Amino acid sequence: MQTLTYKNGLTDGLPIGIGYLSVSFGFGVMAKSMGFSVIESVIIAGTNLASAGQVAGITIITACGTLFEIILAMLVINLRYSLMALTLTQKLDKSFTTPMRVFCSTFITDEIFAVSSAKPHINTKYFLGLATLPYLGWTGGTLLGAAAGSIMPKSLAAAMGIAIYGMFIAIFVPPARKFTGALIAVLVASILSCIIKYVPFLSFISDGFSIIICAVVAAGVAAKLKPIFENVPENDTSGEMTAEAKQ
Amino acid sequence: MSIVIYLVAMALTTYLIRMIPFTAFRKQIRSEFLRSFLYYVPFAVLGAMTFPAVFYSTGNVITAIAGTLVAVILALFNRSLIIVALSAVLTAFITGIFLP
Repeated sequence: MQTLTYKNGLTDGLPIGIGYLSVSFGFGVMAKSMGFSVIESVIIAGTNLASAGQVAGITIITACGTLFEIILAMLVINLRYSLMALTLTQKLDKSFTTPMRVFCSTFITDEIFAVSSAKPHINTKYFLGLATLPYLGWTGGTLLGAAAGSIMPKSLAAAMGIAIYGMFIAIFVPPARKFTGALIAVLVASILSCIIKYVPFLSFISDGFSIIICAVVAAGVAAKLKPIFENVPENDTSGEMTAEAKQ
Repeated sequence: MSIVIYLVAMALTTYLIRMIPFTAFRKQIRSEFLRSFLYYVPFAVLGAMTFPAVFYSTGNVITAIAGTLVAVILALFNRSLIIVALSAVLTAFITGIFLP
């Protein structure tokens, strides 16, 4: 069996890196327009590596939200990374020592997870190769966006604000079209979010808490109506855990 | 300088969410509801973050709606993230030129 190399990882990471470069450019412009400095924007991108979480974070900071609010929002919005991290642990080889896990975990994003989880086994060389270009693309794009945001024509900088939402739409529309559960989650969350925003006596709810409430309610409704039946790789002997594909 | 505290809180929370399960966890989540719930969280979050915020993302509701429509249509045709994002920007920009 062929061992995956650092170079294999770099190659697989190139398209992700290019994608991140353009999307994080939009984040840079957005952060700058909301009053964050270039350095702050790059630090946020480099220490979070999470598009939706970052947008929620800067939204809450700009709205003068509380520290509790921002931590809770990060928890709820980025909770999926826990599940991805969990899933990946099943594929790690011996090169993933504890210090390596502590380091590599930073780079678990939706796209890096998607590519690496498709491999039967992963070693640290491959994983770090895979993460290199996306990381550079994400921070570099933010730097360019935040720096160029001020020298760009105002009308173009304003239009760039929609870039990150365009990426969100590109992520959730295709699965929502294919799977009823995903559609339910998106619709319930979107409608609830609009209700909280526009119904006068609910407007005391801040943007950060609104995202949390919408996410928990919508994911709960979708999970109740359309539970996911997956085959759980079993090494335990209780035997009752075999989840079947009922859908 | 309180912004530093916020940035540290963001970074640390996001990091621990990934690091703890990646380093410590050896078993699988059993609860079917919890697995399903976690599976749907990203979709719910993206929906809640996009609407209605996207309509105010360009500083003009009309250019934003035009950009959103183009993004949704292209996404329905499974276009890549970059294409959808840049087309939304371009649409918003061009619509802006033609507005009084």
